[in-house]
Amino acid sequence: MTSSPERLVYGRSLRIGPASWLLRLRSAVVALILLASVVLLMALTMRIGDIPMSVPEVFQAITGGGSNHFVVMELRLPRALTGALVGAALALAGAITQAIARNPLASPDILGVTTGASVTVVAITVMAGSTGGGVSGALAGVGVPLAALLGGLIGALTVYLLAWRRGMDGYRLVLVGIGVSAVCTNVKYWLLTVGDVTDTGKAMVWITGSLNGRGWEHVVPVTLALAVLIPLTLLGTRSLGALRFGDDTVTGLGVRMNLARGLMILAAVLLAATATASAGPIAFVALAAPQIALRLAGVAQPPLVVSALVGATLTTAADLVSRTLFSPVELPVGVVTAVLGAPYLIYLLIRVRREARS
Amino acid sequence: MSTAVTTRTSFSGRAVRAVRRHRLLVLSGLLAALVVTVALSIAIGAKSVPPAEVWHALTTPTGTENDIIVRSLRIPRTAIGVLAGVALGVAGALMQGHTRNPLADPGLLGVTQGAGFAMVLSIMVLGVTSLYGYIWFGMAGALLASAGVFALGMAGGRSSPTPVTLALAGTAVSAFLYALTSAMILMDEQAMDVFRFWQSGSIATRGADVAWQVLPFIAAGLLLALINAPGLNALSLGEDVARALGQNVTLTRVTGIAAITLLSGASVAACGALSFLGLIVPHLARPLSGPDHRWLLPYSGLIGAAALLLTDVIGRVVARPGELEVGVVLALVGAPFFITLVRRRKPVRL
Repeated sequence: MTSSPERLVYGRSLRIGPASWLLRLRSAVVALILLASVVLLMALTMRIGDIPMSVPEVFQAITGGGSNHFVVMELRLPRALTGALVGAALALAGAITQAIARNPLASPDILGVTTGASVTVVAITVMAGSTGGGVSGALAGVGVPLAALLGGLIGALTVYLLAWRRGMDGYRLVLVGIGVSAVCTNVKYWLLTVGDVTDTGKAMVWITGSLNGRGWEHVVPVTLALAVLIPLTLLGTRSLGALRFGDDTVTGLGVRMNLARGLMILAAVLLAATATASAGPIAFVALAAPQIALRLAGVAQPPLVVSALVGATLTTAADLVSRTLFSPVELPVGVVTAVLGAPYLIYLLIRVRREARS
Repeated sequence: MSTAVTTRTSFSGRAVRAVRRHRLLVLSGLLAALVVTVALSIAIGAKSVPPAEVWHALTTPTGTENDIIVRSLRIPRTAIGVLAGVALGVAGALMQGHTRNPLADPGLLGVTQGAGFAMVLSIMVLGVTSLYGYIWFGMAGALLASAGVFALGMAGGRSSPTPVTLALAGTAVSAFLYALTSAMILMDEQAMDVFRFWQSGSIATRGADVAWQVLPFIAAGLLLALINAPGLNALSLGEDVARALGQNVTLTRVTGIAAITLLSGASVAACGALSFLGLIVPHLARPLSGPDHRWLLPYSGLIGAAALLLTDVIGRVVARPGELEVGVVLALVGAPFFITLVRRRKPVRL
């Protein structure tokens, strides 16, 4: 699966009722460092805007109020939170997908979520654009997240139903996922050629992933999804670890395979769908964050919590870069996630190879 | 190459002959399918041309309107379709074989995004507008990106790149280049206009000169692919086993990657990003050929060409008087077929 050397797993086990986790020092330290960097990066992004502030002023505005209270609380904080939470949700969805597919190239695209959402939103933008009489701003604001959510869920349901045949086979799920997401992707490309260039531009920004103008209404759904699903997926980590093995082994280990797999896929789908509805399918996070996380934590398969924190860090850092580098022009955050994440992933790949050699 | 690894273990002569006969039968069936789709591609189009006049255009052209349509539009288009289909099918099978990953497509080496990036750059910086110009830029971008991915895959290790490293490095480089391309086209409407049509993939409106341009690259790529097949068979047993069998693993990898780059680079430059074909075709060919790449590669090539031509013809007919791009028809027609196949039988694992 991964090129990282298999280490002996040692750590303290933590047991709550029937569930137990291994607490490993390195993962815990990495997680804390990442958490600190997310908070710091968020504070740095909240400095930026028409009213420049220092980091202490930002914290003052959040806690005490003052003249900047409204700007920070109503505009800057929700945007920063959306970025961090969406990044975490996408990364978590990616980690689950990669663990179930046993494939480092798997991402929620394979489950049909992000591609389903993309094709729906592009269709709405292009069909209802200047060619079809125009959509009022209010409808576009409410309509796009809802359409993305529905499109994503329909896409995922299609993949799951088509892949289900006397049970669920991970490999078959991957192959069916390729087929469905290929249809969605190519229809999306075709739709982009049908509309006029201005609508295409709007659609392109959305399918790249953007945090522009995101408010509390985008924060709430993702927060709820994460609050419910992170504990649930953590309960499922034991079976997720077991799902790495062949199906007979899994049954032998006493994991109810189809149930465990189905629930984990459902969690990944819901995470990816709510994230995509909030900020679009921010490119590359779901694929890269789990791979970066497993190399940072030095484990063999994507660790869930660390992946989510890597996703949040990556998206927040990308937001910061996209707003400072080319200011006043603001690039969609999805452009920058790849520009930041790709070199780092490559660096880790090379470093791990060196370690394996020495 | 050194010793070829055959699939023969303890078959009797008769069993070997039966297998060979069966394979030749499948091969001739696929060839026949390709011939039929070539005929369809020349005979059918957005404008109805009676069969007699098609024949007339092929044998004794006198310069009528229909003669010109057949000879200057449909024949080059068909030729490009065959070249790109064969190239993408074979490149996909090679890529999946080398990375042992069912999700791998030929674009994973960075070829597709490299070509796209170079094209958009040429529009924005140099103001290139002719297709002739794009092709060379596309090829150059594809080659550079692929070399970069391979170099990164090699970096830090002394040996050849491992499949996982190669696949992840390819994904990372592709994402990086696509991000840069997105940034450029979001700032330039004219470049976006060109890019969106390139991205959806088409084999229409390409003259015969484009076919001649990419032919040498594709021919070289196919030759390397055939040379690569026995070595890839050995590699699929694992690198250590391959070494024990006397394979030069690094040479096998380099040969394969060169073949993938030439094949997919040339077809991407000529037809745009036909993302679907190279990903799906090997999965269609594998149930017919089994894991032996000496058969999987030709099967994939023939299936790729026939599928591309057939869907292109469908796209010409369904949207008369206009046409649908072949990329979207491929997905709409090919994916249901592919999914049915995946559901019907147990997929051949890599």
